[in-house]
Amino acid sequence: MTTLSPPLVWLLIGVIGIGTWVLRISFLALLGRVDQVPPTVARILRFIPAAVLAALVLPALTHATGEFDLTTDRFAAGLVAGLVAWRTRNVLATIAVGMGCLWLLQAV
Amino acid sequence: MAESARRDAFFAGVRSVLPITLGVIPFGVIAGVAAIEAGLATGQAIALSPMVFAGAAQLATVDLMARDAAPVIIVLTALVINARFAMYSASLAPWLRGIGPASKALAAYLLTDQAFAVSIVHFDRTRDSLAVRTAYYFGAAATLWVVWQVTSVIGVLIGSGVPPEWSLDFAIPLVFMALLFPAIRDPGTRLAAATAGIAAVALVGLPLNLGLLAASALGIAAGTIVEATT
Repeated sequence: MTTLSPPLVWLLIGVIGIGTWVLRISFLALLGRVDQVPPTVARILRFIPAAVLAALVLPALTHATGEFDLTTDRFAAGLVAGLVAWRTRNVLATIAVGMGCLWLLQAV
Repeated sequence: MAESARRDAFFAGVRSVLPITLGVIPFGVIAGVAAIEAGLATGQAIALSPMVFAGAAQLATVDLMARDAAPVIIVLTALVINARFAMYSASLAPWLRGIGPASKALAAYLLTDQAFAVSIVHFDRTRDSLAVRTAYYFGAAATLWVVWQVTSVIGVLIGSGVPPEWSLDFAIPLVFMALLFPAIRDPGTRLAAATAGIAAVALVGLPLNLGLLAASALGIAAGTIVEATT
């Protein structure tokens, strides 16, 4: 549970919202002056989703208890779900299998 | 004539994203539940979806808020995750060139991974007029917006009603995982993902929850460097 103050949470939501909209309108607004993404920027942008998503996923599995531990139910369920995500690329199937595995492991 | 062509295009856009909304529904519900579980007030949890309207960033934001990360880190992380929208914005710009400023502002607000993907493929194939293209885009994008708002409010309302032993928070990394594999398209993105993932595990202990940002930067650097040398 967050201990950030409610006004601070509102401020963060506002700043992230405005910042996100600015990113979204960026080149739509610039068109006419800048017709192409600068190649260097394009090269960096290309790698962002893969890098950020991997950095979000792996620690959630390896540090499920807060400490590094590869014997947790979550790590095992995550491996199976990862296999499903890789083969099917289906959000629904990945969530269903991952949660199902976790519940199964927690029940035994 | 022109009016009906626009209306047809709008509904063609709506229909094109309907199958995709199946994947968005659980994602939206989870985003709503996660915001409540992170300790946000009901109003804040509901406001997050119309104000940010970006699932992965919303999940990362509430996750970092729950861990009391530094405010600057929370904002930077969310904006780095959303930086891909600048890329979409650039790809869409030539197709939407000539629409009015208000339409442009609204088109930008509604821009998502799914709306972008569906529209860009459609524009490339059909070569319609600007008005018809714009109507198609708004049909697809607005449908996703409605589904996202409704499902995340449902998640907020379920929110605290979910027993902790259901471990529903585990759905967050599962959603990210399902988004990760389609993002790995070639050796460069594979290396970026592997580097960032391993670095994130190694950097878990960094203060202020800086680990995610630092690991992402390392992954992006690895991908960029390898691409430049091959």
